[in-house]
Amino acid sequence: MNKETVQKIKENPDYKKLVSTRNSFAVKLSILMLVVYFVFILTIAFNPVFLGSPLSSGSVTTVGIPVGMGIIVFAIVLTGIYTQRANGEFDELSNRVKESIREI
Amino acid sequence: MNRIIIFLILSSIVLLGADAISGEVEKQALNMSAIVMFLIFVGATLGITYWAAKKTKSAKDFYTAGGGITGFQNGMAIAGDYMSAASFLGISGLVYMKGYDGLIYSIGFLVGWPIILFMIAEPLRNLGKYTFADVASYRLQQTPIRTLAASGSIATVVLYLIAQMVGSGKLIQLLFGLSYEMAVVLVGVLMILYVAFGGMLATTWVQIIKAFLLLSGATFMAIAVMAHYDFSFGSLFTHATELKGEAIMSPGGLVSDPISAISLAIALMFGTAGLPHILMRFFTVNDAKEARKSVFYATGFIGYFYILTFIIGFGAIVMVFQKPEYLDAAKHAVDGTFPILGGSNMAAIHLSHAVGGDFFLGFISAVAFATILAVVSGLTLAGASAISHDLYASVFRKGRVDSMTEMRVSKMATIALGIIAIIVGIAFENQNIAFVVGLAFAIAASANFPILVLSMYWRKLTTRGAVIGGALGLGSAVLLVILSPVVWKSILGNAEAIFPYEYPALFSVTLAFVATWFFSITDKSQAAKDEQELFDAQFIRAQTGIGAEGASSH
Repeated sequence: MNKETVQKIKENPDYKKLVSTRNSFAVKLSILMLVVYFVFILTIAFNPVFLGSPLSSGSVTTVGIPVGMGIIVFAIVLTGIYTQRANGEFDELSNRVKESIREI
Repeated sequence: MNRIIIFLILSSIVLLGADAISGEVEKQALNMSAIVMFLIFVGATLGITYWAAKKTKSAKDFYTAGGGITGFQNGMAIAGDYMSAASFLGISGLVYMKGYDGLIYSIGFLVGWPIILFMIAEPLRNLGKYTFADVASYRLQQTPIRTLAASGSIATVVLYLIAQMVGSGKLIQLLFGLSYEMAVVLVGVLMILYVAFGGMLATTWVQIIKAFLLLSGATFMAIAVMAHYDFSFGSLFTHATELKGEAIMSPGGLVSDPISAISLAIALMFGTAGLPHILMRFFTVNDAKEARKSVFYATGFIGYFYILTFIIGFGAIVMVFQKPEYLDAAKHAVDGTFPILGGSNMAAIHLSHAVGGDFFLGFISAVAFATILAVVSGLTLAGASAISHDLYASVFRKGRVDSMTEMRVSKMATIALGIIAIIVGIAFENQNIAFVVGLAFAIAASANFPILVLSMYWRKLTTRGAVIGGALGLGSAVLLVILSPVVWKSILGNAEAIFPYEYPALFSVTLAFVATWFFSITDKSQAAKDEQELFDAQFIRAQTGIGAEGASSH
């Protein structure tokens, strides 16, 4: 890729949109995952009793069970959401960027 | 070549056959249905290897299966790489012993995957060719960066291999009644056959088949357990707590102090994103779209698998614990506790017998063996690629090497790694290797991950920064593990550990990032300026895939 093409792509509005929307989306989802996980880990470290308390009075199942299972499902759902959007919207934008340099 | 393959296939079948016979006279009961099912697996996978060998004509075929694997297939293969026998037997055993703590552990292993998808998968696929060092060295100096990345890869692979080989020897000894040495040699020989002849194509299909068998078997076990309780988790947990007490329903002592907890979390999250055999899998798909799908399917399969292992662990509590047929009577007589035969890692194996009888026990045993084979194959291929592609072709020959020679070197590297794996597998039989997987993850998180992610996203990264930062990450991870309680105290027999925490990642990863940052921004050389100037073009390729490697066209 020569300097001219690099400059041209950098100024392409589709490219700008692709980079800004995708990266902010990826960062948001990453932070969401990290926050959920670290809150979970820190709860275990500082307040394990909470996760060990019964889900409802008299039940053996503890709060920790749905929370733990929920984090697993949450991780899968997050990857699904990202993949869905990236394979549609973001690929659309990146294809348009590719088209634009083919025209040169 | 073909004649050699046929010879090796025949000789390994003879070897297996001979071994089956000698197993019969040993003290351990010979598990006939397990051996028959395992032989079917070996026969089928060697058939695939034969087919794959005919299709593997270039270095690209060898490293990436030609780049034509679909997202779904690759997702299954990634899940196969990740669902090792250690995670199947180890996590279900941990749930069996400690209940909820097992779930905490598996969540840690899962949460790295979304991060891989959001940050790594796509730029990795767009920038790289065969190994993650391709990406790290994209705009930096080839020789130092590749040497560093290859060292990180080889260290990770060899440590992981030690754990797998020792685990496999013990497991096979227990399940099949073979001798430890025989089991290790068998795993090593089959692995060399798969990888040296079938390359990535055979390795991928071995991985896919094994993942399918493992998920099917685990699903069956989980359903069988739940059917006993009318699919009510409440009744399963109630029965389990009646047997083992209420403590199994809450977090126990697995992660006690916050520093260790965070350190473990960092090692698992970023370590997963720095495992060379996982990263390599992204080059087997056609483009970034398929790479993303791979992670989505892989995360789905792995998450589902962890939910299954949780149910299996609880199933073992209610159906295996205190049952006379699985009780280690000798140990019970000594101390009155209720250990199961073969230790807690056998919980899932005993449960398979409890729910499905001898036949299903044979199936799960064969699957466990297949799992080991598939995982060591993936590891060996990643290690061989680091040797042949990064060290030989790029560092030693400065890229002036043809594809056939490079492929020949990687086959030789495969054989060498296989022999090393056999030797260390036998040498470490009676060693305490509890720390090696943790160390492998720590190195992956402290050396591989920082330089990979910074090379992708940080313009100011320079060769000097990456080399110093990566080397400090690698060195500090190794040093802190040696000084930690598990090595310094338990293995070396010192009174107090110098480094008080069990996991080094919090410190070694931070050190790697800070050092890389500092030695990059203070690098005022012309070379550093040139490297930073190349960032724009690299970033465009990473983001859009313009100029990325495609699938091979045959």
